[in-house]
Amino acid sequence: MKLPDLTELAVRNLRESVLRNSLTTIGISVGVASLVAMLSLGIGLQQMASRRLMKSGLFDTVVVTSRRDLRNFGHEENGNAPPPGESKLLDEDARLEIEKLPNVTEVYPDIRFPTTLLYEDKPHLTMVAALPWSAKSTDAFETLQGQFFSNETAHEAVIQKAFAEELLGRTPKPGLDETNARELAGPLLGKELTLRYAQREAATAASNNTASNNGSASQDENLTSAAYSVVSRELKLKIVGVSDLDPESMRGPTRARVFVPLKLAENLHIMLPTDLREISAAAGDQAVYSSVSVRVQDPAKIRGIEDAIKKMGFNTFSILDATRSLQQFFAVLDLFLGIFGSLALAVASIGIVNTLVMAILERRREIGIMKAIGASDGDVKKLFFAEAGAMGILGGIVGVVLGWAIGQVINLGTNVYLKRQSLPPEHFWAVPVWLVGAAILFAFIVSLAAGLYPAGRAARLDPVQALRYE
Amino acid sequence: MGTLQNQPTEMPSTNAITSTAKAEVIRAEQLCRHYRMGETVIRAVDGVTLSVRAGEFVALLGSSGSGKSSVLNLIAGLDRPTSGSVIVQGRDLAKLSREELAHHRLRTVGMVFQSFNLIVSMSVIENVELPMRFAEIDRGKRDAMAREALARVGLQARMNHKPSELSGGEQQRAALARALINRPQLLLADEPTGNLDSHTGVEIMNLVREFNQHLGMTVVMVTHERALAERYAQRFIFLADGKLVGDEVNSSAAFKEATDRVGIEVERE
Repeated sequence: MKLPDLTELAVRNLRESVLRNSLTTIGISVGVASLVAMLSLGIGLQQMASRRLMKSGLFDTVVVTSRRDLRNFGHEENGNAPPPGESKLLDEDARLEIEKLPNVTEVYPDIRFPTTLLYEDKPHLTMVAALPWSAKSTDAFETLQGQFFSNETAHEAVIQKAFAEELLGRTPKPGLDETNARELAGPLLGKELTLRYAQREAATAASNNTASNNGSASQDENLTSAAYSVVSRELKLKIVGVSDLDPESMRGPTRARVFVPLKLAENLHIMLPTDLREISAAAGDQAVYSSVSVRVQDPAKIRGIEDAIKKMGFNTFSILDATRSLQQFFAVLDLFLGIFGSLALAVASIGIVNTLVMAILERRREIGIMKAIGASDGDVKKLFFAEAGAMGILGGIVGVVLGWAIGQVINLGTNVYLKRQSLPPEHFWAVPVWLVGAAILFAFIVSLAAGLYPAGRAARLDPVQALRYE
Repeated sequence: MGTLQNQPTEMPSTNAITSTAKAEVIRAEQLCRHYRMGETVIRAVDGVTLSVRAGEFVALLGSSGSGKSSVLNLIAGLDRPTSGSVIVQGRDLAKLSREELAHHRLRTVGMVFQSFNLIVSMSVIENVELPMRFAEIDRGKRDAMAREALARVGLQARMNHKPSELSGGEQQRAALARALINRPQLLLADEPTGNLDSHTGVEIMNLVREFNQHLGMTVVMVTHERALAERYAQRFIFLADGKLVGDEVNSSAAFKEATDRVGIEVERE
């Protein structure tokens, strides 16, 4: 029998006992709904988690370091790389080269240096780091008190809560609630902070010019280009923000507690620890970075970009591995939720078996007639499969709608609750298109499997006996 | 054994059957069908050997339980013999697969039953179309063919009715149209008038004879009514306790009279 005929006959047969078949279909719907609800909860939580992590900027960032930096990560991976001494410098040229890679959105140098800051004439020693403009949109500054830098070269600083406590001379008492950033921000915002730093000053422009004009004096040129003087300077910064969270918690001991705009820091030509090491290799007016951060468009592409950068001769580091174990966790969670969700569908499939076996008993004579006028075993089997499949698809569609509706209601309810707890609303329920398709397909397959036994039984029916049956 | 000495002189003229007119359509050799019921074995068909030639109208006669319906079911391919062979149009049904038997029922034989066996949830025309669905005939062609078959049995006016809305005679006409639809060469009728009053029975039998004479279908009819058989069948095969007990040509006056009256009856209707 051809598919249109099969479908037509199946639908006709299903209509013959509407109540029973509807109840069976509702059973499947409930099964599919529970499956969809469970899985969309799992997927929603996963999306929520990765959305948070994505915003934190940790997962779309590759940290690139030079192989010349002996203290860095990943030495064991460098099996066939040239020895550190012959490796490339991580300078402005390298930065531009990395920026040209596909899917790279931003490459910014990691400028961080320990220094002394004066606040109300009292010195405070801490790590200062430069922040790119894009940091503005990350999660880390979501709960910032005050504001972010007004522009990319503003003489402004954002300080971390712990540093703010230090400035105000308050030490957090263990066991007590953490101090609110809002309280600390009050007396600090708008105050002045004096940054002391060492500026790298290139050898005078005049001597540089002579050197480049005089091609024969190559020894001289080398000398002048590598030479610079270090000048101690001070810069007055305005405190514009106090950060509640610690945006650099993953950096451990080198994490900074005072942040300045990146462009400002670059313009200041601050003497960095690397400068000293590369004094013989770098041109005097060119910065050499200890590390640069590469922002990637899509975290999924991180691996490829890392490989490309490694080929250039640098070390890389990303928290991709951390994401991987996170994905593993959610895969297991989804699996468990899926299994529990499937239980209802398994019960529903028993309902299908029951309904179809009943239908065989009722339609015994009809099956006999069909066989007498030429229906093959296959035709009868297909007809019962079609009925099971039709119930499965219908139940699947209704179930997906039901599951989605349940999800919406729970989402709404939870957000009302979160609001009462004065927490921001979250969208932790997601029904992706693939889940809709997969759930319907799954219901269809489960129904067909449930139809296996009844269909086989109907097909094997002896027509002579079936025709005798009244 | 069991073959006719005198073939009917008049054979249908236009059908393809004509070329194989004298050929043997059905041949059963030592056909047995035994059922096991607990300890006892019921010999429904017990060593029947018979032969039916193309274009014949044969009546299988016998009391109830004589095995006549079992023989018909074996010829129809609804059942399989316990031993022996039943060869229909050169194919031994005992050796066919289930799939091939279904094809045999679909293409080679058309069946009508005492209890009509229409599917109650389908309209008349849908019932008639059903074998064409199994035969995977195009949708477009089916409707015209079903209407044509219904016209042949005079039921086109009621084709959208459900079987329950029809009289017994009308239901049997619908069943005849259904048996006809895939153009089988063999019509097997199991007590086709058993549930009908005598007048309606005659109408149905006239249609069966028309199929036999004008479409060239070979007819094997099971009946326990001797009178009916004498009026329509060319040949009688008698069964008792599963055994063949007689095979004779119909030479009764009723047959001659009925044959002569066909034209008149058709005119009257």
